[in-house]
Amino acid sequence: MSGRTEGGAVERQQERFWNESNAILTTNPLLDATGVVKTYGAVVALRNASLSVLPGEVHALMGANGAGKSTLVKILTGAIRADAGHILIRGEARDVRSPADARRAGLLPVYQEPSLIPDLDVASNLCLTDTPVEAFRAWVRELGIPDLDIRDIARDIPLAVLRVLDLARALAVEPDVLLLDEMTAALPANLAERVLEVVRRQGDSGRSVIFISHRFVEISALCDRATVLRDGETVGVVDIEPGVEERIVEMMLGARIEKTQRTAHQASQAASPRDSRPRLGVANLRVGTKLNDVSFDLANGEVAGVVALEGQGQDELFAALAGSIRPSGGTIEVDGQPVKFAHPADAIRAGIAYVPGDRTEALTMQRSVRENIALPFSAALRNWGPISMAQERSRVVSAIERLQIDTRAQREVQRLSGGNQQKVTIARWIAAEAQTILCFDPTRGIDVGTKQEIYKLLRELADQGKSVLFYTSELEEVQRVCDRVIVIFGGRVVDVFPVELADEPALMRAAYGLPRGVKVDVGILADIHSSPVAKP
Amino acid sequence: MSTTAIQPVPFGRRLKRFMADRPLIPLIILLVILVVVLQILRPGIVNERWLANTIKFAIPLAILAGCQTMTMLTGGIDLSVGTVATMSAFIMATQVVNHDPAVAILIALVPAVLIGLVNGIGVGVFRVHPLIMTLGTSLIGTGCLQVYQRTVIASGAKIPPFLAWLGTGLTYGVPNALLLFVPIAVLIVLTLNRTGFGRLLYAVGDNEGAARLSGVRYWQVITALYVISSVLAGITGLLYIGLIKAPSLSLAEPLVLPSVAAAVIGGTSIFGGRGGYTGTIIGALILTVLTTLLTILQMPEGARRILFGLIVLFVTAAYLRIIEDR
Repeated sequence: MSGRTEGGAVERQQERFWNESNAILTTNPLLDATGVVKTYGAVVALRNASLSVLPGEVHALMGANGAGKSTLVKILTGAIRADAGHILIRGEARDVRSPADARRAGLLPVYQEPSLIPDLDVASNLCLTDTPVEAFRAWVRELGIPDLDIRDIARDIPLAVLRVLDLARALAVEPDVLLLDEMTAALPANLAERVLEVVRRQGDSGRSVIFISHRFVEISALCDRATVLRDGETVGVVDIEPGVEERIVEMMLGARIEKTQRTAHQASQAASPRDSRPRLGVANLRVGTKLNDVSFDLANGEVAGVVALEGQGQDELFAALAGSIRPSGGTIEVDGQPVKFAHPADAIRAGIAYVPGDRTEALTMQRSVRENIALPFSAALRNWGPISMAQERSRVVSAIERLQIDTRAQREVQRLSGGNQQKVTIARWIAAEAQTILCFDPTRGIDVGTKQEIYKLLRELADQGKSVLFYTSELEEVQRVCDRVIVIFGGRVVDVFPVELADEPALMRAAYGLPRGVKVDVGILADIHSSPVAKP
Repeated sequence: MSTTAIQPVPFGRRLKRFMADRPLIPLIILLVILVVVLQILRPGIVNERWLANTIKFAIPLAILAGCQTMTMLTGGIDLSVGTVATMSAFIMATQVVNHDPAVAILIALVPAVLIGLVNGIGVGVFRVHPLIMTLGTSLIGTGCLQVYQRTVIASGAKIPPFLAWLGTGLTYGVPNALLLFVPIAVLIVLTLNRTGFGRLLYAVGDNEGAARLSGVRYWQVITALYVISSVLAGITGLLYIGLIKAPSLSLAEPLVLPSVAAAVIGGTSIFGGRGGYTGTIIGALILTVLTTLLTILQMPEGARRILFGLIVLFVTAAYLRIIEDR
């Protein structure tokens, strides 16, 4: 907080003066991380991250997808090691080498995924971490679960309860700094409320909480300050006060705010005569607890973007449309006909192809480019017989040419570059002439040139009358590719933008569940502050 | 390597890449070396008769190794091939006493199809590990065969003359068994390289999830595969009894592990997605020649087995080093 120059009694006096005059400065931060750097090969995950948490504070850690939140959390909790940077805990430099180190230093995380070992009962799980059982029981009751039997096997306990048990287990050892990652996701409202209340009290009792959440409502109700990360860098620390959402969104977007480039989409709108009947109609689709109620149409010749923060149900949406998982409710219609997909083969027969975000999920890495592109041809039982090599060759070659895949290393796909591998996953469905392509973040981790080619390709496909559903984690891609944007938050469609209105700040606000257009002001926050979980 | 263009790539590296692109060449070199060593140890042994004999004994091993190759391409294994071969041989030999040979053969292949079906459904639908599944059906099959043996003990057994002709006979010095083997081998190679089903075996073994996303139904591929594997094993049993001419309850059992070894030496990965049948055939020949070599060394049985195991381990490790170009 204060520049510690060499010696200087005057400066120290000055410092003391400041500290006494300003209440918040009298206390040194409990946790103070500065200049944290982490790179994976050429990819910089954290450039210069810092985080300073005061005693008794609930501190929000915010940032868009890929800003480096998870990396910073992993470093603080000893799961991975930083390349550079200092971590001070209670003013003491600590080298956190393992989760056990972090725990000894008083820093305890509760992650999104439940951490109890599924095959053991709760009591044995508590033993593993040396958790005092009585304190644990007290916290479990406190958190709104009166009737827990600690001899229950963790596997049989519902997910929401498991998350609460994780929290209780952490609280029972009375950590100085509690780190909560999306704690209220997947919790029913009553449990979520109790959790927020307990977190609030944690702050009041002089302990600190680092609170990661995508929900502004919770953050404004709960947190004292927020640290905002962007591109692996801490870009600001703000006090949470009414109206601060706008500033936080601006910080998360940074210089990108005015930079919008438009490409070919205007042309396509004129070119594609819209069918009155949508190619794909989704109504009230639900999948498990993640996807709650999604409805939208996808027209012929349209690229519809999907924008969502991580884990808002978009994975489940794509998997359900691709036939990989079965929806728990709602309907899917293709060309007006209701369909039910029990296997990806059913979706493919209906002309729907899925390009997953992770290339390794889609490719047979030891096989050739040709075999990878031709794979869907052989899938159906009636195509198990002899392959017409000449016909296959011409189809494959035209797809390779269209996507300009570098075929110098075509004997094994694993020898290709990431961008070329990604092209193969798309080329497969162009060769198979799929009518609808579901692209899940197709440009993740590939070079700029290939990205441009993929944007162009998706536009061309739409101009030929095909439909594309395009999830992207990079907001600027929306302007380059999409005709329309569907924003999903908490498993629901919260907004649909025509591309003209889909600038990055608008998308970011919508992705965080903030209403469109109107400047967020005291209005909604006032309601929140008067709710039971509000600051006392 | 006829063109020796000067490239900045070192020779060793180029040689490796050459081998990696043509994995058969080091195998053929090894086979030739083994034959030369045999000729040096026992001059004059390598003649036409020896060659015919080697091929005769390598063929049943090579067909069973074909079953292993195909199942291993999907990341599986078929340990029931020995039992299936024994069953079909034994049932055929006992049924032929009362029935026409063609009928006896059809009856003999029924248990093969059944075991293949059970294997396929167990692995493909219920996701039992292939090792466990095929080991289980193998034990069950052996048990059933013992029960069956009691019921036919009075009727005796015989071997139809044409199977003996196929198993042991020579025409102009060429083993008749090639009449059966060449079509089977061509069929397997073409299936693997030129049919949709073959592509799917590789795809499923390389990345089952990717195959699924491409619309491949795993259980269909796996069920068909294990049925084919079992039928091939049944046919091998019929051929093998023509060669051995003595039905027993453990007829083809000694071929099971060598058939896995032949496929592995031939460059098929037990993890799936990689390999082919031509390598396996050479692998089977290598193992057969190696057995002859160890036999003429006149060592005690124990020492011979130890040496056999060591050589198989060494050859496989060395071969993978050579062909894996990383």
